Amino acid sequence: MKSFVFPEFQIIRDEAKCGQCRGCERQCAFGTHRYDEAQDRLISDDYKCVGCQRCVIFCPKDAIVVKPTQSFYRPNASWSREKLEDLKRQAETGGVILTGCGNDKPFRIYWDHIVLNASQVTNPSIDPLREPMELRTFLGSKPDFMGVEVENGDVEIETKLSPNLMVETPILFSAMSYGAISYNAFRALATAACKSGTYFNTGEGGLPREMREEFGRCAIVQVASGRFGIDAEYLNCAAAVEIKVGQGAKPGIGGHLPGEKVSAEVAATRMIPVGTDAISPAPHHDIYSIEDLSMLIYALKEATNYEKPISVKIAAVHNFAAIASGIVRAGADIIAIDGLRGGTGAAPKAIRDNVGIPIELAISSLDRRLRDEGIRNRASIIAAGGIRCSADVIKAIALGADAVYIGSAALIAMGCTLCQKCYTGKCNWGICTQDPRLAGRLNTEIAATRLSNLIHAWSHEISEMLGGMGINALESLRGNHDHLRGIGLYEWELDVLGIKGAGE
Amino acid sequence: MFTLCLEFKIIMPRKRRELYNKEICACSIFGAMNRDGDRFTAEGVMKAIANMHVRGNGLGGGFAAYGIYPDYRDYYALHLMFTGHDWEAKRSAKQDFDAFLCENFDVVHDEEVPHRDESTVTDPPLVWRYFVLPNKKGDEAQLSDEDYVVKKVMWVNTQIEKAFVFSSGKNMGCFKGVGYPEEIGEYFMLDRLYRAYTWTAHGRFPTNTQAWWGGAHPFSLLDISVVHNGEISSYGTNRWYLEMYGYACTLQTDTEVIAYAADLLMRRQHLPVELVAKILAPPIWNSIDRMNESERKLLTALRMVYGPLLMNGPFAIIIGQTGKMIGLTDRIRLRPLTAATRGAMFYLSSEEAAIRLISPQLDDVWTPNGGEPVVGELKNIRMVKDEVIRLS
Ligand code: SF4
Ligand code: SF4
Repeated sequence: MKSFVFPEFQIIRDEAKCGQCRGCERQCAFGTHRYDEAQDRLISDDYKCVGCQRCVIFCPKDAIVVKPTQSFYRPNASWSREKLEDLKRQAETGGVILTGCGNDKPFRIYWDHIVLNASQVTNPSIDPLREPMELRTFLGSKPDFMGVEVENGDVEIETKLSPNLMVETPILFSAMSYGAISYNAFRALATAACKSGTYFNTGEGGLPREMREEFGRCAIVQVASGRFGIDAEYLNCAAAVEIKVGQGAKPGIGGHLPGEKVSAEVAATRMIPVGTDAISPAPHHDIYSIEDLSMLIYALKEATNYEKPISVKIAAVHNFAAIASGIVRAGADIIAIDGLRGGTGAAPKAIRDNVGIPIELAISSLDRRLRDEGIRNRASIIAAGGIRCSADVIKAIALGADAVYIGSAALIAMGCTLCQKCYTGKCNWGICTQDPRLAGRLNTEIAATRLSNLIHAWSHEISEMLGGMGINALESLRGNHDHLRGIGLYEWELDVLGIKGAGE
Repeated sequence: MFTLCLEFKIIMPRKRRELYNKEICACSIFGAMNRDGDRFTAEGVMKAIANMHVRGNGLGGGFAAYGIYPDYRDYYALHLMFTGHDWEAKRSAKQDFDAFLCENFDVVHDEEVPHRDESTVTDPPLVWRYFVLPNKKGDEAQLSDEDYVVKKVMWVNTQIEKAFVFSSGKNMGCFKGVGYPEEIGEYFMLDRLYRAYTWTAHGRFPTNTQAWWGGAHPFSLLDISVVHNGEISSYGTNRWYLEMYGYACTLQTDTEVIAYAADLLMRRQHLPVELVAKILAPPIWNSIDRMNESERKLLTALRMVYGPLLMNGPFAIIIGQTGKMIGLTDRIRLRPLTAATRGAMFYLSSEEAAIRLISPQLDDVWTPNGGEPVVGELKNIRMVKDEVIRLS
C-alpha cells in the first residue's frame, strides 16, 4: 500500500563539501543513505530518516543538514500534522502507534513557572566556593524520634534505625533495564553512579552477574511484574530494592521486550530463553490489593534481612497520593513517583501522551498528604519524569521531594537526541539497541565520564542556588515552599503546588 | 432544601496555599543567670540591653524571668495578652478567654499584670496573669499535664481572636511588647517588682511587620523561652516538620519554630541539650566523616533523623528553661554571641560591652564556636566542648 505520509525530515547534502567517504551510510542504521557508484555520490531517502542527527554529527566534512521537512498539510488547529499522520499510519497498518521517550505534548511545564528565592541583607548569601555546601541526603524511613541513653557522657542510640541510602547529591539514575538499553549504556550508568556517590537503577531486566560485585553497592535493583532476573544474590548484592508498580510514560501498561532484542547475554541476565519475547504483565499477578503489596514488601525485606530500604515506584495518576500513603503504611521506605513526562523505551503513543499528571503537582500533593497524615518521615520521596536541569532538581526538592531520578537527561548526556525511536532497536547512538555493531558505538568510559560530569555540574549549580538562598545544607530546603513563587499560574495551581504567586 | 444540598456538593474543599508572611529581624539579645539561684531584679539587665539600643528600632522588646513566682511555683503561670481597639474590646476578649479557661483549668489566682500608666509605650494591650492547674476531662485525661497545657495554648493562640498567650511555664513569665526593651522593662516595672535567678532580654529590629505585641520576643512555651537574633532560611522546612508533631506555627516568626523545636526535643523526646544543639546546628559532614566511629554514627543518625530541624541561616539564640540558660549560634556563626562568667553570674550577650557595663570585672569572657552550645545550670556551668575561643 502506498503510504500517504510524507517524510518528517529533509536531508540536505552539500555536494561541494561531501567527499563520498560513505560515513553517513555506515552511521545510519535506518538505511537512509546509499552510495550510488554510477553517479559517485550519496543519495538519501528522506522517508527513512528519524532525525536522530547521528550522520550530521559524524560527517567529517559537515556536509549534511537534517531538518524538519518543509512540506505541510493545510494548517488546521484541530487537525495538527501529528494527528493527521498518526491517523493515516493507523489506516495503513491497523496497529497501535508505538513510541519511545517521554510525553512531548505542550502540557504546562510547571518548572518553568516557578522561580527561586535569594538572600538580600538580612540573611547573608553563602559562597559555595568558600563555605561547605552540603547536598548529602538519606533515603529511607526515619523514626518519629530517636531515643538515646546517656551514661556518663556516652550516648547510646536506643531506637532501631531503618536502613537508609546515603547519596552525596540528590540525583539518581532512573530505572533503565539491560535489554532496553545496551550493555555499554547500562554499564556506563553503573560506573558513573559509583563514581559520583549516587545510585543507578537496574530496571526490570536484572543485573548481569559479572557486574554484581563491582556495582552492586550503587545499584537499586528492581522487582517488576515480569520478575526477570531475580534471585537471592541479585537482591542481596544491591543497595536497595525497588518494586515497580507503574511508570509515568505508561501508567497501567506492562512492558514488552521483543525477542529480537533478547540476545544470549540479555537472556542469561533475565533468566529467559534466547529470542523469546520478555513480557511484563500490566499488573503484578500477585498484587491485586494493598495487602498483597505489603506482603511483597515484607517478603523482600525478609529476603534481604531487613538491611535494605524497599522502594515502591508508581506512576503519578489522579488519586495516587492516597495510594502512596497506603504504600507507606504497607511498609515501603521510599516512594518513587514518576510523572506525566517520564520516559520509556517503548509505549503506546496514546497512553504516553494522555495518561498521568505532571510531576511538579504530584510532588507537592504527595508531600502534603504524607505530612497531613503525620507519616512524611516514614518514607522518602524520589521524584521522576521530566527533570531537565539543576533548577528542576532544586525546585523538586523545595516542593517536597527528597531526591530525583533522571532517565532521559542521563541518556541525553550519553548522546541521545530524543528521536523517540528506541522501540525499533536501531538506536544509532548505541544506547537503546542490542545490535552489537550499534551498541559498540557507545564507549563505556566516555559515556560514564559524560554522566559523572553532568552530576558534578548539576550539583555545583544546586550549591550555587542554595548558597544564594543563604542555605548550606539541602535538608533545609526540603519542602521549604517559602523559597518558591509561581508566575503565570492559576489560583488552583498555586494551591496544589502550595506556593505563593510572585510578589505575594 | 434540595438546592441547598446541591450547593453543598458543588463546593469542593480545596486546601488553600499558605499565605503566611515570615518576618525578618535583626536584634540584640542578653541573658544573665545566677548559678547559685540568688534572685535579682531586672535593673542591670535593662541597663545592658539598653546599651545595645541601636540594634533594635523600638518595634519590640521583651524579657523572660525565671523564679519570679515562688509562692505559686506549683502552678502554671499563664501570661495573657488581650488586644482590641478600645478598653471594651479588650475586656470582651478577656471574657471569651475566661470562659475557655474555667472550662479547662482550675484557677487559683489571677490579676492584671501591674504596669506604669505614665509610660512611653503606645497602645498597650490588657495583660493578665493566671495561676492554674489543668482540669483534664474525657479523652484528654490521658495527656500529661504539660501536653495538655501545650494543646490548650495552641488552641487559644489559633482559635480565640485577640487573646494570645505570652508564656505558660511554672515559676516563670514573659513580659514583652512594642517599644524599646528598656521601655517595656519600665512599663512592667521589672526593676522593682520582680526578682529572678535568670533574666533573658531582647531588643528587636524587624524589617517588615507592623508592630504587634505578640510578635515581640521572647517566645515561650511551657517553661522554655527563646530570644533570637537572626533569620532562619530553613523556616519553611522546620515549620512543616513541627506541624507534623502538632505545633501550630501561628506567629509567623522563625523564633517560634526554635521554641517548638526545643520543646519537642528536650521535653517530649528527652534529648540532652548537647544533642539538641547538634540537631539545631550540626557539624558539617566533612568534620563528621573524620570523627571516631561512635561519634560519627551518632551524629550521622542525628542528621539523618532530624535533618528537617536543622536551623539554617544566621542566628544566635538564648534559650531559657527552669534552672538553665543555653546560648547557641548557627553552625557557621553568622551572628555574634559572647559568654562570660563572674562568680556565680553567667552572662550571654550580643556584645561584650553590654556585659562589661554591668559587670566590669569578669572571671572569663569568650566567644563560643558556631554550633557549640554554652550551658549555664544552677550551681554549675558546663561547656560542651573545651575548644572555646578565649579572648581574655
Ligand atoms: S536517522 Fe539519523 S543518522 Fe539516519 S539520516 Fe536521519 S539523522 Fe542521519
Ligand atoms: S535512545 Fe536512541 S533511539 Fe532512543 S531516543 Fe535516544 S537516540 Fe533515539
